[in-house]
Amino acid sequence: MLRIRCPWCGERDEIEFRYRGDASRPRPAADAGLAAFCDYVYQRDNPQGWHLEWWLHVGGCRTLLKIERHTLSHEIRWIGAAADQPPRPMEPGR
Amino acid sequence: MNPAPTSPPIPASAERTPSGRYSGWRLLLEGLSGQRGWSRAWAKAQPRSRYRVLIVGGGGHGLATAYYLATEYGITDVAVLEQGPIGLGNVGRNTTIIRSNYFHPDNIRFFEYSLKLWEGLERALNFNAMVSQRGTLNLFHSEAQRDLFTRRANMMRLQGVEMEPLGAAAVKSLVPLIDLDNGRYPVLGGFLQRRGGTVRHDAVAWGYARAASQAGVDIVEHCEVTSIVRQAGRVSGVETTRGPIAADTVCLAVAGHSSRLAAMAGLTLPIESHVLQAFVSEAIKPVLDVVVTYGAGHFYVSQSDKGGLVFGGAIDGYNSYGQRGTLPAAEEVAMEAVTLMPGLARLKVLRQWGGVMDMSMDGSPIISRTPLEGLILNGGWCYGGFKAIPAGGMTTAHLIARNAPHPVAAHLDLERFAAGRIVDERGIGPFPYAH
Repeated sequence: MLRIRCPWCGERDEIEFRYRGDASRPRPAADAGLAAFCDYVYQRDNPQGWHLEWWLHVGGCRTLLKIERHTLSHEIRWIGAAADQPPRPMEPGR
Repeated sequence: MNPAPTSPPIPASAERTPSGRYSGWRLLLEGLSGQRGWSRAWAKAQPRSRYRVLIVGGGGHGLATAYYLATEYGITDVAVLEQGPIGLGNVGRNTTIIRSNYFHPDNIRFFEYSLKLWEGLERALNFNAMVSQRGTLNLFHSEAQRDLFTRRANMMRLQGVEMEPLGAAAVKSLVPLIDLDNGRYPVLGGFLQRRGGTVRHDAVAWGYARAASQAGVDIVEHCEVTSIVRQAGRVSGVETTRGPIAADTVCLAVAGHSSRLAAMAGLTLPIESHVLQAFVSEAIKPVLDVVVTYGAGHFYVSQSDKGGLVFGGAIDGYNSYGQRGTLPAAEEVAMEAVTLMPGLARLKVLRQWGGVMDMSMDGSPIISRTPLEGLILNGGWCYGGFKAIPAGGMTTAHLIARNAPHPVAAHLDLERFAAGRIVDERGIGPFPYAH
């Protein structure tokens, strides 16, 4: 069971949240072309390590959160709003 | 990742001693002579410096690919590299179900091909894999769901695969454990694929390993691949914890970890890794002689020959490489179990474990060449990999040997995503956590 510290609601069980996938891939510009959009929609780094991801607090404030979580230990080291970025640059892998 | 243990020393004489043909007659003779005549089922090979084909991953798909390369396509200069002992990955972690009741015509053809190979597998491998065609029953709980399943059954019938509709009374007589009259999710009926069933999963790994080894394939355990070597724009081999090995073709059959291995070749894949749990109850007398899948949630259950109920549900729901699983998913599975079969509430769960799945972007597997020439991918199995082992092995071997896709697996190429030919069985979209 993950315990997720929502910046607005405090620490809650993971069952209040809905996972919405990888948050590390910015949406390409509208004229970026087919290949860029194909990468955006389908390709994933899928690291064994730190992973930036979307979580919707559907059973709480209904805010979309951005969370940095480790995919092996499940440790959460950073939580922010959708527009925030984690303080350190994402390093791929562990 | 755990460090790979060093391989125990093996006497040279044990390396290539054939295990002979297994038969009832031999069992009787060995019984009379103190069981002293048995030898290793497969040879513990030392890696050579070069092979024509290297298969990374000694699970079901890797071993089956090696077996079919050697026996169907005449390529015996093959090694299977496994970081631990064979059979301890997902081939030994699934809930052992085989079936071909899919909706998409290409998927029906592929999984039906697999089911037909299962039906002749034990004779082909000379190994008792306990293939048991006890039937798989999919329950429906609303009129709309009945219509949806009818549509699927009709799609199957168009491909020549039988799926039999059952009313509520027939379901009850087949599986007395089921509570038909659940207030929220009454069971209105089900669809039965009689040729579906279960297979002993460990025996699948061992059987393919033994047969591949007898056909000349090297099965190299405790050999972890640490990098993929490229030369002049194509793959030229791998670096391993037991030294470099050169090869013309490298095939990844490491579902759960495909992205990590592909990253060694500079590739990203349309895959996320997710954990799926499975459970076994304490052993009880026979109560369930068919595989049942619940339609009002994600739950499937069968009874093993040892008596334990083997069951599972959906993936935990967020990217994970942890082979364990979390409590909310376990709770969900338990709720579904006792909703469908209230009697199960009296059972204790004996064991629980997790396996890491390649969840692909359209929920269908990938058997494909890759942008790196000479590198072949068998992966993206989501949670349907076990039933696909024979067909996955055969079609991957075909792709390696002929450098062209096998007709029943041509739709599983990597290019389908960019080309808009996704094979999305349930129309979910590119959300692996939802497949």
